[in-house]
Amino acid sequence: MTTTILTAAEAGLVSCGTCSLVSRPAGGAEPGYCPRCGGELEQRHHHSIQYTWALVIAAAICYIPANVLPILTTNTLGSSESDTIMGGVVLLYRTGSWPLALIVLVASVMVPLGKLVALSYLLISVQRGSIKSNHERTRLYRLVEFIGRWSMLDVFVATFTVALIQLQPLMSMEPAPGVLFFAAVVVLTMIAAESFDPRLIWDTPNRRQGHHG
Amino acid sequence: MTGRLALETIACPACDLLQRIPPLPPGGKARCPRCGETLASCPSDPLDRPLALTLAAAIVFIVANTASLMDLSAVGRYASTTIPNGAYEMWLQGQEITAVIVAFCAVIAPGAYILFMLTVLLAVRRPPAPHWVGELLRWGSSMQPWSMGEVMILGIMVSLIKIAELASVDVGIGMYAVGGLVVLLAAISITFDPREIWKRVVWADGRVPSRAGAHEATGAGTGR
Repeated sequence: MTTTILTAAEAGLVSCGTCSLVSRPAGGAEPGYCPRCGGELEQRHHHSIQYTWALVIAAAICYIPANVLPILTTNTLGSSESDTIMGGVVLLYRTGSWPLALIVLVASVMVPLGKLVALSYLLISVQRGSIKSNHERTRLYRLVEFIGRWSMLDVFVATFTVALIQLQPLMSMEPAPGVLFFAAVVVLTMIAAESFDPRLIWDTPNRRQGHHG
Repeated sequence: MTGRLALETIACPACDLLQRIPPLPPGGKARCPRCGETLASCPSDPLDRPLALTLAAAIVFIVANTASLMDLSAVGRYASTTIPNGAYEMWLQGQEITAVIVAFCAVIAPGAYILFMLTVLLAVRRPPAPHWVGELLRWGSSMQPWSMGEVMILGIMVSLIKIAELASVDVGIGMYAVGGLVVLLAAISITFDPREIWKRVVWADGRVPSRAGAHEATGAGTGR
């Protein structure tokens, strides 16, 4: 075991993102292709910070209509009623299933917002060249990566409720525009988490400069 | 097993720290000393067990997508739904993009993952495996974050409880199949070690893998 702290980048090597083979990059501006799997090599994800910011901002914009617009419309014998995500949570709470209300509240409202805040914090700390609390920031990134998919919960709830409640003319449900924005928030934040390169957290400021672009 | 004894130099994917993976006992794991990322695992049977699980997952996947998830009866009316039917209904109701996202996360991504894994695990049984096996493995692992069986099952449960307020609903066979699929998919990723595949795949530059690891600091190619 080596005891000196040395990263692949510091050693002039590059690690393949697909098959994790460590190789010496080809001379020139681009590190070339992995000799084993043929994948394109990258020291750090291309334009990681710019792409992640763009996706975070796009997701933040979609987050507003996702919460303001209704996601489900219920038609009962002539009258129709629309529910937003928070409306659905309140409905679940009123009908006595508060554990479910809590799950939906956490997964649909708090997780997407938390992801946006966490990714923004990670991006700002990397851009400012922070070298503090690297462990905590890595843990935060892992949490964001792990938890993101769970926000899709409400989209599935809407899908299966709509699919089953088609008892025209007595009662029927249809999806409302909010569901699209909501799904967009989840997809955009998931891609944002993937495009963020956690190795940037550990890079020292002078090493990082070349990758700011 | 002797191949595993060769010390393999890798860089941590989460913090880029260079390190050697020591020989691992069966069931052992290697973590990055700096950031704690899991770098390698050593499942006791890294090829046969995931293959058996993937075959089982393929069968359960078909059941999960064809059998009804829940059956509803209210005022003499009867309705039931399957997973593809849910996405299709979204499409019919004018939410085409949402329908595509649902179909992708609920059907296409898990289905493609199972298909790619099955092909990869069958193809490496006679090493050296052709180069496209690595390509399929890459596609398979890129499907993984989008395969949302466990989220879907919670979603179905929430909608079940919501609908139970309005009508009587019964859980169908499809629901149990989705539960089984979630367990099987998790079991595949625990028992599988992608390093075992890469050790057996022909390199992009045409090299045939002779012994594992030990290709430290090989020069990268400038083109494909």
